[in-house]
Amino acid sequence: MERLETEVIIVGGGIVGCSTALHLRQRGVPVILLEQGQTGAAASGVNFGGVRRNGRALEELAIAARSLEVWRSMPHLLGSDCEYMVTGHLKLARSEADMVALARHAEAQAPFGFKVEMLSRNALLARFPYFGPKVLGAAWCESDGQANPRLVGPAFARAARAAGAIIREHSRVSTVARDGERFLVVCGDDREHHVEVRGRTLINAAGAWANQIAASFGEQAVMEAWSPQMVVTEPFPYFLKPALGVVGGDVYLRQIPRGNFIFGGGYGDATLASGRATVMPKETLGSCELAVQLIPRVAEATVIRVWSGFEGITQDHLPVFGPSLTTPGLIHAFGFSGHGFALSPGVGSIVAELATTGATDVPLGPLSIGRFAKESAETPGR
Amino acid sequence: MTEGGSLRVLIVGAGPAGVRAAETLLKHGVKPTVVDEAPRHGGQIYRQQPDGFKRPPRTLYGFEAHKATRLHQAFDSLKERIDYRPNTLVWNLWRNVAHVAGPKGTDEIPFDALVLATGAMDRIIPLPGWTLPGVYSLAGSQVALKYQGCAIGQKVVFCGTGPLLYLVAYQYKHAGAEVVAVCDTARLSHAAYLMPGLLAGGSTIFKGMWYAAWLKLHGVKVLNGVTPLRFEGTDRVNALRLITGRGGEKTLACDAVGHGYTLKPETQLADLAGVNFGFDTMTRLWLPAIDEYGRSTVEGVYLAGDGASIAGADAAELRGELAALALLKDHGMAVPNARMVALMRKLGRLSRFREALDRLFPVPATDVHAINDEVVVCRCEAITAGEIRHAAHELDAGEVNRVKALTRAGMGRCQARLCGANIAELVAHARAVPLEAVGRLRGQAPIKPLPIALTRKADALWALNRPDEPWSG
Amino acid sequence: MTESQFHRVAERERPSLTLYLDGQAIEARRGDTVLTALLLARHVIRESEFGDGPRAGFCLMGACQDCWVFLDAGGRIRACTTMAEEGLRLVSKVSVP
Repeated sequence: MERLETEVIIVGGGIVGCSTALHLRQRGVPVILLEQGQTGAAASGVNFGGVRRNGRALEELAIAARSLEVWRSMPHLLGSDCEYMVTGHLKLARSEADMVALARHAEAQAPFGFKVEMLSRNALLARFPYFGPKVLGAAWCESDGQANPRLVGPAFARAARAAGAIIREHSRVSTVARDGERFLVVCGDDREHHVEVRGRTLINAAGAWANQIAASFGEQAVMEAWSPQMVVTEPFPYFLKPALGVVGGDVYLRQIPRGNFIFGGGYGDATLASGRATVMPKETLGSCELAVQLIPRVAEATVIRVWSGFEGITQDHLPVFGPSLTTPGLIHAFGFSGHGFALSPGVGSIVAELATTGATDVPLGPLSIGRFAKESAETPGR
Repeated sequence: MTEGGSLRVLIVGAGPAGVRAAETLLKHGVKPTVVDEAPRHGGQIYRQQPDGFKRPPRTLYGFEAHKATRLHQAFDSLKERIDYRPNTLVWNLWRNVAHVAGPKGTDEIPFDALVLATGAMDRIIPLPGWTLPGVYSLAGSQVALKYQGCAIGQKVVFCGTGPLLYLVAYQYKHAGAEVVAVCDTARLSHAAYLMPGLLAGGSTIFKGMWYAAWLKLHGVKVLNGVTPLRFEGTDRVNALRLITGRGGEKTLACDAVGHGYTLKPETQLADLAGVNFGFDTMTRLWLPAIDEYGRSTVEGVYLAGDGASIAGADAAELRGELAALALLKDHGMAVPNARMVALMRKLGRLSRFREALDRLFPVPATDVHAINDEVVVCRCEAITAGEIRHAAHELDAGEVNRVKALTRAGMGRCQARLCGANIAELVAHARAVPLEAVGRLRGQAPIKPLPIALTRKADALWALNRPDEPWSG
Repeated sequence: MTESQFHRVAERERPSLTLYLDGQAIEARRGDTVLTALLLARHVIRESEFGDGPRAGFCLMGACQDCWVFLDAGGRIRACTTMAEEGLRLVSKVSVP
């Protein structure tokens, strides 16, 4: 039995948790982070890798702007740029209705200070001469980019540790509760080595598993764990710079300078209870078809691997971010619904602010866990 | 319990194990589907040459010619009566459905039971220069001769360890290729002590000794107890530099090297099937966990032959038959218990032989600890030993999947077939922990690269290199 | 040393065929794999994408995946497990937009 005491306990070692740990240490706050597996290996490590503001829910844009500051500072902050590149992002239209939706969203995004340009098919092909006949146009955002998801969580973890954070991997949390004025978090690893951690503040950054933490304090998000279906090809001569998405979100595609195409879409049928997320062959074949429809040259490439993981997808596809409504000192930061990669470095900075000052100028109202309390427990529509 | 007629069994691999499994199932009224990547049955050691080649079995298979011929004929006589799919890759297994890709595109094969007879490939220890043109794997250099009638070069050195070293060198010299030397890391000084075990393999050890003697008699240097240092050359190999058994350095001029350290099982489909793996201290490899009949930890999934663990072609035939009998028994059919007992006894003898052989030709797996930082370990992604060590030391990566995520080692086309064991050795050494503690790389589909064009039925023909058919995209 | 890597020691009596690499004719025989055909004419079949030099295949049995080459018509084939065919056109580089 090990007893530890700290100021802030973080449950979850994804990018949110590890970035929070680093930003807290920058403010001199003692922190212990507990991660059930390896840092950055769940949704943080298996996602598509897009770092974008284009096409995002408006409620997330302030977080995205804050997060961009962190992305830009990574070489200094983490000693690594995690292969972050500002390549631009194209959200593609495959129908006239898509074009209308893109234009509407471009207009709605306008007050948020980043440029999104509508491109007709001709204008698109003039700049990017490789799209297939199904692509009718796009919303082009030059300031968006992409990075390597596998590097980011571990890089934050290393920097946080170097700054004095205690990060315990292979430490699955078994119970959380109040213990007087503090939180008591208990975890045990495979060898039943129990650790009790006490702290004044608890950060719920447990991703797809976060509802279990929230439930301990009488709160719940309406959220399910879905498994993304990712595909990567062998290296192919590099030509596709921007990251690609589509209206509807059924396929996303990018190419890295080493040449590999990375794409995905859809979800598998694994559940948290089944243990390991898997990739369904029909999803792989289906995504190949959709990717080729966007960029015919992709048909010349060869698939070498697929992967998956678990993402916490909320009913409204918005994250759960902000203070607990039942328990002072508890802050939720989870449920990024498959598009948290760009936001998560910034979320860590905002959580650190919230935890230490009690406030932030980033508007979080629409993201409160309270929004689920009024609704019945429906499952998110597929 | 299903009746023989309706039991759907899929056998992956048409080498010795797969052939005997198919034969056994058919004998008991079960018609299996056999999927094999190669154009013809026989596997690797009994690989058949292409149409139009004329060499007799004696030339191709030497002492094993009669075994090869019997195996080929056994499958020839049954392949019309089963669902046989050559040139077909099982790229994924998903809940009792095999997803395959063949010349006509992709397809699905549902099954009730699965026999994995996926064979083996060379085990490699990287050295400076091992990615140079002219350096081939040992079994690969045998394929060049057996399957294509070619030597891998005009002045060939064979280097590594294992009985295959002597066999391939002999086959090359006998075929008229110039063989400069056979360089075996094994000292063979304790052969006498291992004799009782070696004799359990019947005449096999004598064949090996005969090859070695014949080679020496025909002017081929046979060096034992060597430590290979590097393959020299700029755009192709021109020499092997090594330390001899006596401790001096030696340079062997050559234009090709066949390089390998015994074999290791191809276990990617076992991984996708969800079979448990256990760490084997003798081979320092993670191997699929099976019982003595070939039953895996997954109900309905059986493993046979070198695809389960290296035991050679004779054992593979027996294990294929035994796994098929176990499968039939498990599905409620009457099987001759006496035959199963007899198979087990023969396999017991062969395993004593195999153990002695493994001790005679130990794989110097830990030699990889000594390679320079600049040596490429993952040749698909060109990741060096230094990058792997850096991840293990400076990037807190103590587990191989983490090392892979951070360095890209093992992320390439071959899915760590060549580098996986070496990455683990380097990480364990860097972290000063037991090899088992750094884990094993998780497999993913497709187990071999899957051309996207092949997955798109309309364009499948285009993928068949038909230059006269325009690709419409 | 000759330009070629492989060296025929048997089975020389087979119908010949011609394939092309970057427009250059390469003589081969029916039953040769693409890899064999290439390596009887040269000692390099591709350049490693990551700058660590020329490659000429390795395992010859479809395991190492080091011998994938580009077809002129688009796409790739694994040279050691693909039979050479009359008129097959390969390229060492692919142009991209």
